[in-house]
Amino acid sequence: MTMAKKEAADSSTHSEQHFDFSRQLTERGVSRRDFMKFCSATAAALALPATFAPKIAQALDEVKRPTFVWLEFQSCTGDTEALLRAASPTVGEIVLDILSIDYAETIMAAAGHLAEANLKKVVKEEKGKYFAVVEGSIPMKDGGVYCCIGGRSAVDIAREVCGGAFATVAAGTCACYGGLPAAAPNPTGAVGVKEAVPGATVLNLPGCPLNADNLTATIVHFLLFKKLPATDGLGRPLFAYGKRIHDNCERRAHFDAGQYVEKWGDEGHRTGFCLYKMGCKGPETFHNCPTQRYNEKTSWPVASGHGCAGCSQPMFWDTMTPLYKRLPNVPGFGIESTADKVGLGLAVGTAAVFAGHAIITAVRGDEKSEGNKKEDANHG
Amino acid sequence: MAKIVVDPITRIEGHLRIEAEISNGKIVDAWSGSTMFRGIEKILKGRDPRDAWYFTQRFCGVCTTVHSIASIRAVENALNIKVPPNAELIRNIIMGIQNVQDHVIHFYHLHALDWVDITSALKADPAKTASLAASLSDWPLNSTTYFKSVQEKLKAFVAKGRLGPFANGYWGHAAMKLPAEANLMATAHYLEALEWQKDVIKIHAILGSKNPHPQTFLVGGMAIPLDPDSQNALNADKLAEITRLLKKAKDFVEKVYIPDLLAVASFYKDWAAIGGGVGNYMSYGEFPDPASGKLFFPPGIILGKDLSKVLPVDQKKIAEYVDHSWYEYAGGQGKGMHPWDGETEPKYSGPKPPYTNLDTDKKYSWVKAPRYEERPMEVGPLAKLLVAFASGHKETKDAVTLVLKHLNVGPEALFSTLGRTAARGIDCLITAGQLPIWLQQLEDNIAKGDLRIHNPDKWDPASWPAEAAGYGWHEAPRGALGHWIKIKDQKILNYQAVVPSTWNASPRDHKGQRGPYEAALIGTPIADPNRPVEILRTIHSFDPCLACAVHVLDATGKEVAVVKVS
Repeated sequence: MTMAKKEAADSSTHSEQHFDFSRQLTERGVSRRDFMKFCSATAAALALPATFAPKIAQALDEVKRPTFVWLEFQSCTGDTEALLRAASPTVGEIVLDILSIDYAETIMAAAGHLAEANLKKVVKEEKGKYFAVVEGSIPMKDGGVYCCIGGRSAVDIAREVCGGAFATVAAGTCACYGGLPAAAPNPTGAVGVKEAVPGATVLNLPGCPLNADNLTATIVHFLLFKKLPATDGLGRPLFAYGKRIHDNCERRAHFDAGQYVEKWGDEGHRTGFCLYKMGCKGPETFHNCPTQRYNEKTSWPVASGHGCAGCSQPMFWDTMTPLYKRLPNVPGFGIESTADKVGLGLAVGTAAVFAGHAIITAVRGDEKSEGNKKEDANHG
Repeated sequence: MAKIVVDPITRIEGHLRIEAEISNGKIVDAWSGSTMFRGIEKILKGRDPRDAWYFTQRFCGVCTTVHSIASIRAVENALNIKVPPNAELIRNIIMGIQNVQDHVIHFYHLHALDWVDITSALKADPAKTASLAASLSDWPLNSTTYFKSVQEKLKAFVAKGRLGPFANGYWGHAAMKLPAEANLMATAHYLEALEWQKDVIKIHAILGSKNPHPQTFLVGGMAIPLDPDSQNALNADKLAEITRLLKKAKDFVEKVYIPDLLAVASFYKDWAAIGGGVGNYMSYGEFPDPASGKLFFPPGIILGKDLSKVLPVDQKKIAEYVDHSWYEYAGGQGKGMHPWDGETEPKYSGPKPPYTNLDTDKKYSWVKAPRYEERPMEVGPLAKLLVAFASGHKETKDAVTLVLKHLNVGPEALFSTLGRTAARGIDCLITAGQLPIWLQQLEDNIAKGDLRIHNPDKWDPASWPAEAAGYGWHEAPRGALGHWIKIKDQKILNYQAVVPSTWNASPRDHKGQRGPYEAALIGTPIADPNRPVEILRTIHSFDPCLACAVHVLDATGKEVAVVKVS
């Protein structure tokens, strides 16, 4: 379905039922003030100015609550758990409630055929209107026998449910690109949703797990702008994956100043120096962790003293490991170069800066540097 | 004889399928099958052992710390690394709060809807609900106004005609026994617990950047620096926040979870005689004292429900069988393989999907059948408490005695579906009480100027022996968890996890012995085969975690295309 068609389908949905979101909130004991706070937080997640908050509130007031079905395939349920920790907890929970999540194995009361009946109902009665969220990869090898639910293979279910959805959100790196099950040697032929169901409209929200605030923000983006957010070449919304972690890192000044953690627990580590030498993959990773953080903005890996693992990048399990090897030594690095040439250039540049202890102005475009050759021993 | 299938079993982690035969309103036979396989141990082969925790952490996003802990312990055991006391204490706090939060989520969000009828709560008298709640605890939210507001929210939700995740639940089922007021109280706390769990688990974010999947574990220690004078380390400000959250955790467990558990249990005492299972229990023990290494909860084994004897656990006596699992052994079936020396290849031989029934006479699960000296063993909070109780562990004896007295039942009531559910609450209560003690010890160390978080001696793989083997144990929220590793030339040669749900969800073994889920279902009454909520009660009492349970190891020297460590 083209985007124009989707928008048409969407506006027809809107006219069917008017749903007063703020009244709904009041009924749930959520004050207008809390609600506006949530809207501001969402505006921040979407990288919108705070003045957008009233508009978001208005948009939420106007829509019918959309139906969501949450499918789990080769998952660890970490993305469902992330959703349960969404920031702005009270209102976040209410928003999810208001979405009408009609199928979600981890939380739903019904089991077995009673559960399946809920999913069938949505697929049949709301064709083209509901959202699907997929968590976990989909195994394609050997007829899909490595993941079956109710006797049906994951790929069979995904084709029906995602194929009939208005749009599918791939929640977490496994659902986006195959993730951990697809890491070499990919024993089960695991792939992401887009590869398993090529015809589906899929929005990728990678991360291991995804940051639930980015999921909430995606939903609000849709409600507010009546379309899915703009994405990069990897299907990720730009509002959450448009910037490199390294460029927004709170420890960036230490990188530029050549101040690095050398050993776990050393003075640099306690002071908050750059974790590049300890294997941080921030220079190669696009994600809004430094600004959005996790668990109600409590922290994110670098802030707690451990390097970034690159978990929002496709196949990071193979391209970003070993975890504690610093970037230029990572085999296959630059996987995203086809999607983003700048990324490749900057990573090599990063090595150059590191090797020469140069300053930030030297970073950009320094593709010809052979910094990685000058790399001194990392460990020990 | 009627055979019923429940697939998917919901409100668990992962993909589980139960097939059961029913005769005269009772289950006479049952088969537990897992229908998802990823092969993470295969993926681990050839990688840096220091990375293993990050991979194995993704066995499960619910019990999100447990495989990290077991993994770093396995590597540390293989390389003979001792971690600094601070790292041990931080690990205890991370494991402890995981245990507490996980048990509360299980009770309210995964298990409660088997016992609590949300629709009945609509008919409750809020004033009577308030007096019921006040008779159980002095929780500040025990007012008529509060319960009235919850009821009104519920009414508004139901009036919309869209029940979302509550659609098609077991409402009005003959097996539902709670009075309307108890249903309203439990429903209110279901919603409260949703908020609570988000808050208390911020301890993981403070100590380890985020939850789920905290990113802070290191072979040899932890990655969170300690420094009272730094803005970028665990300082007084952050310790105070952890103190506040631990108090919040303990208050809720003492004043909401335990009173609710006792109240609900008192209406379902018949379930103290249902769901017994295999009667053998194993616990690895947990929470090492940083000075002595002694475990707070003792390890041990109880056989045949005999609480007069606690046997030691010997890891050499563990073996896995695949006679009813979709794997093949080169040496043929009928033999068990120890995790270090085992061999496994996935080989699906079940029906081609879509299917209606699995061939339960043959192979029917991706879960293997681990056995201890050829015996099926139940693991989990019940096993942990029985071992501690029978070992004379004071905190456990006191708490168990209190609960049994309150319910007016003897220790034999513990060997049941209700016993499992009660044991989880008791475990939660004891752990919530210990957490502030570990935090205090950590603060004392920092005050003395001990800021060590990592032992650097073996961080460089060049310092390792050419070959090493080790195992790491952790008594996880769902029970005895073990990881086994073999390291060769600085890389993972072989890796295997034998996890709690592998023990509990296991299919039949080489002798045809049922696994714990299967055995526990025998004799379970089923009032309505079309709505078999009773199966969920017993299965949920184990707190299944199936993504954890399914794994494969590959010891047979197949070269795997993995990243080269330069």
